[in-house]
Amino acid sequence: MIIPGILASGISGHLSTNNYTSIQTVTVGSGGASSISFSSIPSTYTHLQIRGFATYSTVGAGYINFNGDSGSNYSAHWLFGDGSNANAGSATSQTKGYLTGAAGTKNTVPNASITDIMDYANTNKNKTVRTLYGWDGNGSGYVEFNSSLWMSTNAITSIVLTPQSGTFNQYTNFALYGVK
Amino acid sequence: MASAATYTPIQTQTVSGSTTNTIIFSSIPQTYTDLVLIASTLSTVASYSHIQVGNGSVDTGSNYSATILYGNGSTAGSIRRTNQPNFDVIYSTGDSATATAIVHFMNYSNSTTYKTMLARGNYTSSDVEVDVNTWRSTSPINIITLTQGSGYLIAGSTFTLYGILAA
Repeated sequence: MIIPGILASGISGHLSTNNYTSIQTVTVGSGGASSISFSSIPSTYTHLQIRGFATYSTVGAGYINFNGDSGSNYSAHWLFGDGSNANAGSATSQTKGYLTGAAGTKNTVPNASITDIMDYANTNKNKTVRTLYGWDGNGSGYVEFNSSLWMSTNAITSIVLTPQSGTFNQYTNFALYGVK
Repeated sequence: MASAATYTPIQTQTVSGSTTNTIIFSSIPQTYTDLVLIASTLSTVASYSHIQVGNGSVDTGSNYSATILYGNGSTAGSIRRTNQPNFDVIYSTGDSATATAIVHFMNYSNSTTYKTMLARGNYTSSDVEVDVNTWRSTSPINIITLTQGSGYLIAGSTFTLYGILAA
């Protein structure tokens, strides 16, 4: 029984600010997808955010590449918890950035991720990406905070997301947003 | 490439007085993709705000679980909670240090998967943490309650719920 409280019913307030804009969403159809792409990304925002809700066919990480660059121009650091221990790691001279850590593969337990791509259109500096990611299966699970560096001063105009192995399952969706 | 402004404030609740121990967001519109709850709280005693969600009424069964990564100033660790009656991500320390937390309710209105809540909590006099929480139900979420485990919220505590709509 709830006694002292604040009750909000009939919520209907809407006050869009135009500072956070949905750019594009990709939802995987039947048969799955080996990658997900965002192309022709406008340069009119300050930052990008990708919100993911994914299921994977195979346990493994998720990766991110920019502008079709698969050279050894990426590095990453990560900190994760598996329910028992906290662990950290890093990698240099990688051919892709790190989107997510080890994915769960239960279709009812999606892998949720929020990725911020900072100052993506700035041509004076390399690009930094950070992700909060996790899934929990009531007795198993994984939560991670990571960052990746793309060593390029090019403005980001396209993004490709790929699973380490296997495919993204049907109904997986990744939504790209622009932040002013 | 279609685009549309989003990240819409749905409602803000600001605590007044000293007898509030429950915050309720009900009749949450189903027209967004994700919800984001931003909380900034003070409390009379150290306590978590227990979060429960549901459809029509909150689920009080043991259908919540979590995997948590934390650092408390001297060590980093990870813990797991299973078969819980709620999930805890907002910890007010009962002193003058404001607790802040951001909780993302991912794909909250879909009816095909369990619901995943990603959260980040900053409790400046105790710890920082990131959590992933699952509510084992395929029902869309249209009600969220936050109930202090003990004591009361202090006047000025705020809770704002936002909606994000994917193109």
